[in-house]
Amino acid sequence: MAGGKEIKTKIGSVQNTQKITSAMQMVAASRMRRTQQRMSEGKPYSNRIRSMIGHLANSNPEYRHAYMAERDVKRIGYLVVSSDRGLCGGLNVNVFRKLVNEMTAWNEKKVEIDLGLIGKKAVGFFRSYGGNVVTSVTDIAEDAEVEDLIGSLKVMMDSFEDGKIDRLFIISNDFVNTMTQEPTIRQLLPLEPEDDDAYQHRWDYIYEPDARQLIDGLVKRFIESQVYQAVVENTACEQAAKMVAMKNATDNAEKMVDELSLIYNNARQAAITQEISEIVGGAAAV
Amino acid sequence: MADMQCEIVSAEKEIFSGRITKLSAVGTIGELGILPGHAPLLTGVRPGPIHLSLENGEEEVFFASGGFLEVQPGLVTVLADTALRADDIDEAAAITAREEAQKALDENASEFDYGLAQARLADAAAQQRSIEELRKYRR
Repeated sequence: MAGGKEIKTKIGSVQNTQKITSAMQMVAASRMRRTQQRMSEGKPYSNRIRSMIGHLANSNPEYRHAYMAERDVKRIGYLVVSSDRGLCGGLNVNVFRKLVNEMTAWNEKKVEIDLGLIGKKAVGFFRSYGGNVVTSVTDIAEDAEVEDLIGSLKVMMDSFEDGKIDRLFIISNDFVNTMTQEPTIRQLLPLEPEDDDAYQHRWDYIYEPDARQLIDGLVKRFIESQVYQAVVENTACEQAAKMVAMKNATDNAEKMVDELSLIYNNARQAAITQEISEIVGGAAAV
Repeated sequence: MADMQCEIVSAEKEIFSGRITKLSAVGTIGELGILPGHAPLLTGVRPGPIHLSLENGEEEVFFASGGFLEVQPGLVTVLADTALRADDIDEAAAITAREEAQKALDENASEFDYGLAQARLADAAAQQRSIEELRKYRR
């Protein structure tokens, strides 16, 4: 029975792997539901504040916030949102690929780039890829709070205020559906006016009590909510991608077990046939 | 009758979205009423009831614990820190919270955080006011 034993062991080990991946799939599925719920809860707020900021950037207030200043682009900043753990398919790689393409395009225009990283995978990637990493946060829990991100964010916002960077983008995954996650780049600073003709004429709000106080508060809230939402959404994407990746792994393991069993049975059959023909041959010789 | 779109969202969820004919809320420098056709306005919201008159003549009351209010032509947006339908506020809890905050203020111990207690009191009082307002319209 040539290799019968080895094949048997191999089947066993594949089956063990399959058990693990199918467990991980189930864990990811249950986590996905939770993270997805958090994502959809926060979405209305972040969308509304985004359009409010869009209106504000279109208006002509007597007080221009530092974040509204449109400058010549010499250096830009990226906040990169990635996951802390792997085993989630091409999720992080897609983000990095898109970002690297963008970075090359900027580099050709002689624009330098600062990076703020969120998540272990981004840190690992840029350690080997290179790049000017200014801040990084890792070990963001599933139930991330704004406070966890604020330090990293502050560094980027300050360097915008100080004129070190002229634009700030955030790149993260958009949750399209369970099967599809789309890496997306959004501009955080300077504040982007909403593309709507209705708001293009000269107008301004009535501010109560005064513009400075309101705009300061609103802008800060805006940035926080956008980054927080991006992180929450990325977590939902991570779980969804993980679930799909683990489902594929489980299915592949299943297929592999089938193939190996076939080989094993063939080998067993061959061994038996050989034995019989040896016995028959021996008997005929006698 | 003219109407406008109204959106109330809190950091946790969307609270209200629909056509209304009037909104009144407590702004940073006093109560304000918004009717359709109001000029663009941006203001802070203080803890208190937000009162809506719906298109179909019904009234709804919400409680917001602060945030921002924006008026655009034909659109009012309230970004609340936390917002509740007034029906959902537990009146007994609001009253207890108010009494406790008041008691803490009265005792006024030395190392006591005066600002925090005052904020809590204002919050509880505003919740209670929202409930009372809701009752008024129920009757």
